[in-house]
Amino acid sequence: MREKVAIAGVGYTAFTSVSPGVSYRELTYEAAVKAYEEAGVEPKDVDSFVCTSEDFLEGYSISDEYCNDQLGAVLKPVQTIPGDFMHSLAVGVMHILTGKFDIVVVQALSKASNMKTIPEMINFALDPVLNRPLDVTPYAVAGLEMNRFLEEGRATREQCAAVVVKNKANALLNPLAGYGASITVDHVLESEPVAEPVRLLDIAPYADGAVVMVLCSERVAPSLTDRPVWITGIGWSTDSPTLESRDWVDAVSVRLAGDMAYRMAGVKCPAKEVDLAEVNDEISFKELQHLEALRLFDEGAAGKATEDGKTSLEGTLPVNPSGGGLGVGHLFECSGAQKVLELVLQLRGEAGARQVAGAGVGVAQAWRGIPTTSAAVAVLCAD
Amino acid sequence: MELERFELGATHYKESDLKEGKLLSLPWTPNLKYAWDNGVAIGRYLAELKEGRIIARKCNKCRRIMLPPRMFCEMCWRPTDEWVYVKDTGRVNTYSVCYVNWDASRIKKGEKPHLPAVIEIDGASPGMGILHLLGEVEPEDIKIGMWVRAVWKKPEEREGAITDILYFKPVRR
Repeated sequence: MREKVAIAGVGYTAFTSVSPGVSYRELTYEAAVKAYEEAGVEPKDVDSFVCTSEDFLEGYSISDEYCNDQLGAVLKPVQTIPGDFMHSLAVGVMHILTGKFDIVVVQALSKASNMKTIPEMINFALDPVLNRPLDVTPYAVAGLEMNRFLEEGRATREQCAAVVVKNKANALLNPLAGYGASITVDHVLESEPVAEPVRLLDIAPYADGAVVMVLCSERVAPSLTDRPVWITGIGWSTDSPTLESRDWVDAVSVRLAGDMAYRMAGVKCPAKEVDLAEVNDEISFKELQHLEALRLFDEGAAGKATEDGKTSLEGTLPVNPSGGGLGVGHLFECSGAQKVLELVLQLRGEAGARQVAGAGVGVAQAWRGIPTTSAAVAVLCAD
Repeated sequence: MELERFELGATHYKESDLKEGKLLSLPWTPNLKYAWDNGVAIGRYLAELKEGRIIARKCNKCRRIMLPPRMFCEMCWRPTDEWVYVKDTGRVNTYSVCYVNWDASRIKKGEKPHLPAVIEIDGASPGMGILHLLGEVEPEDIKIGMWVRAVWKKPEEREGAITDILYFKPVRR
């Protein structure tokens, strides 16, 4: 029998453009209380805590020191991952699969509204000697990639815009989402140019929010939950950071992370076995690129499938039913958490107006954002 | 401040080598700006400081009166229960005498050293209080356990910040 880890509880806040009423601690506390309540656990029952934080985004040096109080993790085994929530999820899964931990809490947070110079912070991720002195916007990295993706005939400009239309429409059905809208392809194509071919509406707007999940071993799962969602596969990968020589067409690290997760989960033919996907869509075309990297569509087929409605809520493979980053908001290191959260709600049949019929196997994928090549993928199954 | 000579392998470098461009390097000053939503607990704490008062938050389970205030008790893992005003006096838990500034530059000759101290505030639970500065005291006269009182900014100069208290000065008991 294959190894698997249960998600026994999820806690989350709404995802909003600002959250001035609460501190990041109070925001996380809300998510933690809900997650623990759902799993019927208290911090004393938790064997290990895995937090997610990125110093330059939090505005603290060694920001991991500030994660504990709001999780009830004071004087407990805690570690922090500077990556996406899904990297932390991978660590949590590994803890449990060692057999030495039964209950692990994983956390991520975004207070993007408190980050006042976001473009500069992203720019700060570029090579200081070779790239930064050129003084171009970091969104250029997305523009360069999208241009080559389009040039290779992998999608049309309109198909990329159709991703935005679909995801913002899905978000209207998601009470947690901050950026739902009813728009057309023309709205996207006519929005302000940012780093052509990337336009303003192609970019996921920033959002605040917190997510906490309680993971547990198969052994203790029955005592924590009667509606577990199982993590059956998880994988992660990072390409070289070099802009001068990276692959500008394919998300190779997503392909490798996906294959790693599929291998663990025993998924042989993702396009046939996966019922729905939550993939990174921080820039519209990335959804298409990621879907192909994850083998959910053939090369160059995801755009057409989107246009034909195959990735809509009623389609053969609904993608980003939550609204994705474009509809929910870009949550920085919490982005992957929102994706896993949506799959948990969908696989439990609790997604309300946006419920995907027959959701049994889902794939969540995170990308760490411009200008990175870091990816993580998880395969989740209903009980 | 002269950079001390350090060794890398068998090669000796001096600060002058950098200044004269003998070693190639690129300087970079990041433009990183943040704001922090204070939230419920710290928001109220700062608003009270502006009024010249110190407020704490009580957990009715462990009965701690917590300073700085927080909306949840990190030890009992439950919401805290009530606001409690505490005094602006207390005792020095620990202190340090700092001859360097925050950026590690040395204080100038004749300047007084910085005197950070943790003050256990009267009315808050033992071990809880404020990290602040001591003033109107010579370094050699500071004792752990000594009684101190807050010296506040003038009301019209307060802005809802920890610096609305200028420093804590010794008081006789």
